[in-house]
Amino acid sequence: MKTVRVIPRLDIKGPNLVKGIHLEGLRVLGKPEDFARQYYKDGADELVYMDVVASLYERNSLHDFISRTAKEIFIPLTVGGGIRTIQDIKEILRAGADKVSLNTAAIKNPSVVSEAANMFGSSTITVSIEAAKQSDGQYLAFTDNGREYTGIEVGTWSKEVERRGAGEIIVTSIDREGTGRGYDTALTELVAKQVSIPVVACGGAKSDQDVLAVIEQGGADAVAVASLFHYDFIKRRQSVADTSEGNVEFLKQNKAFSVMKPTTIRKVKQYLHRHDIQCRLTN
Amino acid sequence: MAKPKKVAIIDYQLSNLFSVMHACTYVGLDATITFDKKVVASADAAILPGVGAFGDAMKNLDNTGLTETIQEFIAQGKPFMGVCLGLQLLFEESEEFGRHKGLGVLKGDVKKFPTVQDGKAIKVPQIGWNKIYSSDTGIAWSHSPLRHIKENSFMYFVHSYHVVPEDESVVLTKTNYDGVEYASGVLYNNVFAVQFHPEKSGEDGIAIYKNWAQQNGLL
Repeated sequence: MKTVRVIPRLDIKGPNLVKGIHLEGLRVLGKPEDFARQYYKDGADELVYMDVVASLYERNSLHDFISRTAKEIFIPLTVGGGIRTIQDIKEILRAGADKVSLNTAAIKNPSVVSEAANMFGSSTITVSIEAAKQSDGQYLAFTDNGREYTGIEVGTWSKEVERRGAGEIIVTSIDREGTGRGYDTALTELVAKQVSIPVVACGGAKSDQDVLAVIEQGGADAVAVASLFHYDFIKRRQSVADTSEGNVEFLKQNKAFSVMKPTTIRKVKQYLHRHDIQCRLTN
Repeated sequence: MAKPKKVAIIDYQLSNLFSVMHACTYVGLDATITFDKKVVASADAAILPGVGAFGDAMKNLDNTGLTETIQEFIAQGKPFMGVCLGLQLLFEESEEFGRHKGLGVLKGDVKKFPTVQDGKAIKVPQIGWNKIYSSDTGIAWSHSPLRHIKENSFMYFVHSYHVVPEDESVVLTKTNYDGVEYASGVLYNNVFAVQFHPEKSGEDGIAIYKNWAQQNGLL
């Protein structure tokens, strides 16, 4: 029986943790280190940090954040967002990340995947595929944080990515992302059937049932979760945001949620366990 | 008060060493990352980490003279810890990308996970958490760096190959990945080596570093 991983995804913009819907319209939710520390304590299996601005200026604060968390959070850290070159990868790993996630750079120049896998080892290189369903039912990959059309079909691209040496694939449904409409299990299944490397499903969880569904029906080896955990975190404690940047109106208003049933990592894992899905439970 | 002993984290250009370094620092070890064989030889203890290809690793170790240095270091009885590829390199041979000779400190070889087990496809590499449990030939964990770690605790694994020791009595921990049972940890005199990454295995993993440090008088 495989052990499924539950992986909180933190979208980082400068000093803040943010969250969008369909990968845009970012709201500030608080300080990323507060979330990271809490998730580690709650039993997160890994953490993913996505840099959603990916500009040179913001990159330094991201490196600092990676270093700070790497010193006290002893679970694997994957970092993605605007990673373009081998040098970028080197610097992110040196800052303390264990894995890097490539999307735009990989589609624009697939040989960067092979080059990176050869240099740093396959298991260090994750490829992130952001997909949107077309009217004919096909799933196509998008780049630049879900904005740029490529015309590349996801199943074919997944196989190519594996062939080039990626260690795992994280597949995000742009349509479901941030909406709480559930994961796109068909999308996950499509990718999982094409490759023999691990597949991480991302985008759309509103409850523990959604997490179970993408594992059972989609064949996900791991699940990435953002809104579901972040909204629970801010509900439970005073989230202190750096109000110098970003849309902080959401936080200030202290809104309640309609669709989402925010919950903790621990509760999700206990739920999975009750449904015979093996996962790592901590005290 | 005595100063902490010096620990050399062996850098053979094939892995991200910073998590190992962070774990060492966190538990109070005086650790240095080095590929200089003189620094390694003069250290009080050494850690051989690693993620990557066996063949490339051995090539780098041979070219820097670290192969002999490590073999001598271990023969002298100084505390030695291997992590992931570091465990595999201790053995005699690996089938990864052609046959390669290892350090030969322990008898046995290194094999790849099959992609099909019991009629089911399994994902290779294993990336994720899995349980460790003691071997029937039973080295008591209480006398090892796994002291106070519970049976069937979860540790973090990232690997496509696993070791097959000739001598069962060195096996400290076993793990079962989708039906394939294999040795995930060994203990032999001054050599302690694990397939999983204790520096990525949460508080239990950090406890392993602390135990290793304390039991070998390194703090």
